[in-house]
Amino acid sequence: MERGHRGGLKYKGRRDITWQGGGRDDVELSQTQARDITWQGPIKPTASDKITKLTNNVYLCRSGSAADSQIVSDYVRYFLDQHTIQLGQPSTIKVAANLVRLLSYNNKNMLQTGLIIGGWDNFEGRKIFGIPLGRTILELPFAIGGSGSSYLYGFFDQVWKEGMTQEEAEWSRPSLLPSLVIDGASGGVVRTVTINSEGVTRKFYPGDTLPLWHEELEPQNSLLDSLSAPSPDLMVS
Amino acid sequence: MSSIGTGYDLSVTTFSPDGRVFQIEYAAKAVDNSGTVVGIKCKDGIVLGVEKLIASKMMLQGSNRRIHAVHRHSGMAVAGLAADGRQIVARAKSEATNYESVYGEPIPVKELAERVASYVHLCTLYWWLRPFGCGIILGGYDRDGPELYVVEPSGVSYRYFGAAIGKGRQAAKTEIEKLKLSELTCRQGVIEVAKIIYGVHDEAKDKAFELEMSWVCDESNRLHQKVPDDLLEEAKATAKAALEEMDAD
Repeated sequence: MERGHRGGLKYKGRRDITWQGGGRDDVELSQTQARDITWQGPIKPTASDKITKLTNNVYLCRSGSAADSQIVSDYVRYFLDQHTIQLGQPSTIKVAANLVRLLSYNNKNMLQTGLIIGGWDNFEGRKIFGIPLGRTILELPFAIGGSGSSYLYGFFDQVWKEGMTQEEAEWSRPSLLPSLVIDGASGGVVRTVTINSEGVTRKFYPGDTLPLWHEELEPQNSLLDSLSAPSPDLMVS
Repeated sequence: MSSIGTGYDLSVTTFSPDGRVFQIEYAAKAVDNSGTVVGIKCKDGIVLGVEKLIASKMMLQGSNRRIHAVHRHSGMAVAGLAADGRQIVARAKSEATNYESVYGEPIPVKELAERVASYVHLCTLYWWLRPFGCGIILGGYDRDGPELYVVEPSGVSYRYFGAAIGKGRQAAKTEIEKLKLSELTCRQGVIEVAKIIYGVHDEAKDKAFELEMSWVCDESNRLHQKVPDDLLEEAKATAKAALEEMDAD
């Protein structure tokens, strides 16, 4: 249960962004990692991996409560495993998305999680399904979700178009910066997963390799360190 | 051909000393006594045909259906005890809708055949249930293409290019083997199946019969439906003509 305790605001959040590269027939999922906030302690910056594998060709972007989204993805992975064995072939993305939707919807009163499923199968090619908080299932050309996604709606409206190749979609990584910087619950690193007929590629971009956005300052040591340090050595600078 | 399993055939939960379960074999005999059912897999779909023996002249034409739709994309033709067949069809329908509501896609025919076979097999495991006295030819068209399965009362299911069960199955199988199924379209397949069924019908032993046919193919948009009336009439006419030609020799 990762909920912020200020008036119901969702602290746990991270932005998932998923979109399709058109002609090249692949799906690219990318995500800024979340700050996991727990009841017990202070904010711990983490580089958690929120792009979860459901099967070899279907991945899930998690947002919302980490525990909830983890349990959903674990159950779906379990069901999909059995399904694949029975069918004798990899299951389709549609089936994976439907299972996620059924689990979320039937346990609506207990779960708080927004999910994006993306993948590639050899019957229908690339597909993206969004399952937001209300638990509708939507097949979409691209999807964004999580707390940081609010800063990206305008950006995507402008820049995303149907049928981009993977090279064109490379611009996406810096595009996550607005939410990296502004949204308190997003930030730190960017992870991407590219899925196509040839397989899956994972990439990781630590925050300091991404270009600074707008008026963001260079990171520097805090001047407070010198004031509050107990050791007398530091006073001599 | 058959041995009397005196003493070992009283219950479906008893094996004979030579490893047979006689009750299941007797159930298969019930299938062998019924009208012929034929199914073929053409290059663009499946055709099912039934020689429906008419018990009484008073029966309305088209009643007592032997071919049932299981789902949009699949149907099954039943040979043997009709009431048993209805039970299996009901189960198959419920399996198909249940699969779709959980997985969000139409049930693959392979999966459906496995589930039907498991259900039929279930009834051969308990002494308080009797085996189903019917054989099923199940045909469907899913994203892997058209598929044809036969489920026997013992609960085995096999996949076929062409299959026949019932009275005239030996003769029907011989005829099916002569066909070049990979080159036939379903339109042609309908005519061929009609010819086969008219050919194996024994005029001497059984008086009247009605031909019931269905298909699921590209032409029917991959939906399981009754063969259109005009095509059915054409098939019947061709079959009758072929029969007369044979008699004339």
